[in-house]
Amino acid sequence: MEIPYIVELRPDTGIYNAKLGIWLFLASEVMLFGGLFSAYVLLRVGAEPGMWPHGWLDVRLGTINTLLLALSAITTLLAWAACKVREFGKFKFFHAFTILLALTFLGIKSYEYHDKWIHYQIDLAGGNYPGKIADGHLVEKSADFDLAKKTGSVTLHGRFVDDARELMDLRRPAARSARLDEITIQAADIKKMENYGPKHNTFTAIYFTLTGLHALHILGGTLVISYLWGPGSRMWRRDPERFTNRIEVSGLFWHFVDLVWIFLFPVLYLT
Amino acid sequence: MSDIKGDPTPPAHPAPAPVLAAGDHAVDLNSYIRLCGVVFLVVVCTTSAMIAASFAHIGEGWTLKVALILAIAVINAFLVAGYLMHLLSEKKLIYTVLAFTVVFFIGLMGLTVWATNGFPPGTASH
Repeated sequence: MEIPYIVELRPDTGIYNAKLGIWLFLASEVMLFGGLFSAYVLLRVGAEPGMWPHGWLDVRLGTINTLLLALSAITTLLAWAACKVREFGKFKFFHAFTILLALTFLGIKSYEYHDKWIHYQIDLAGGNYPGKIADGHLVEKSADFDLAKKTGSVTLHGRFVDDARELMDLRRPAARSARLDEITIQAADIKKMENYGPKHNTFTAIYFTLTGLHALHILGGTLVISYLWGPGSRMWRRDPERFTNRIEVSGLFWHFVDLVWIFLFPVLYLT
Repeated sequence: MSDIKGDPTPPAHPAPAPVLAAGDHAVDLNSYIRLCGVVFLVVVCTTSAMIAASFAHIGEGWTLKVALILAIAVINAFLVAGYLMHLLSEKKLIYTVLAFTVVFFIGLMGLTVWATNGFPPGTASH
């Protein structure tokens, strides 16, 4: 059975079916991300004064990722335009760039996640700094380190603070000029040790949820684009117009992913 | 990987004319490249403006700063949606679908803002 209106325009809608389908899907995606943005707003305004983090994310990396996605949105559009004017070689060229840019974005995002995963906040109960908090990136754990048995030690590249509030706004001049050293802490002196993963606080929870869902969209889009660039491009030989429509539909999804990042970047990195 | 080698032009469609039968947007690749160059430049400028606003001293607290940064982000989003997604020249049906989305999104955010200070008794920590 032949599927109708995959190439020619449907008379009553004026568009081919897949295009209407992707727009309906994107509308549902707006509400999905909208719900999470709503959660972000509620968590942020509900935070105790001075307890919402600022400057926890690397603006330079966020900026690079913003430009990478913007560039990939452009190469996606040019890949579609190349199909429209029957320049298959240029389509391959532009979409190869799209895939490369998307993978670079995911690589940078992975690096950022790793950076949070090895960043620890340690509440101290004893030793030389009772009641203080050690904060920094993990350098090493001794071979016999076991927090439950209170054996061994852990070394961080970081600093001591008196209050967790001092760790919230890292844009303050005092925080930016803070000296970081290698500090070794005995397990016996540790009251609580936690990395900056999703359960650390509400900011990291919503940060990982929003960017994780976005990264999954990037991954899914990259797989689809890679398929259309590779084995899926066989369709170009037998039905170039239908293939061009597939590129347009996947491109619309990709632009939406870029749109979401346009708001994620300022909301999480800049404010 | 692709099985297409050499000249990939489909034999059934030897003419290099633009594919217009299925599309609603006439295409000239060079004009698209120029348009994309302009869009990318504006995106670079707006991104720089957001970063500058983020580190600038604008009013007390974050409210004004957040409003300004989000306003710049909306300009960015307009560029992507309007030019790259062709929303400036789309069909009425797509506008209708998006109009419903906008209404529900505004409703969602309206409820969010409305609820920001409405903590049920005993649940607020401050």
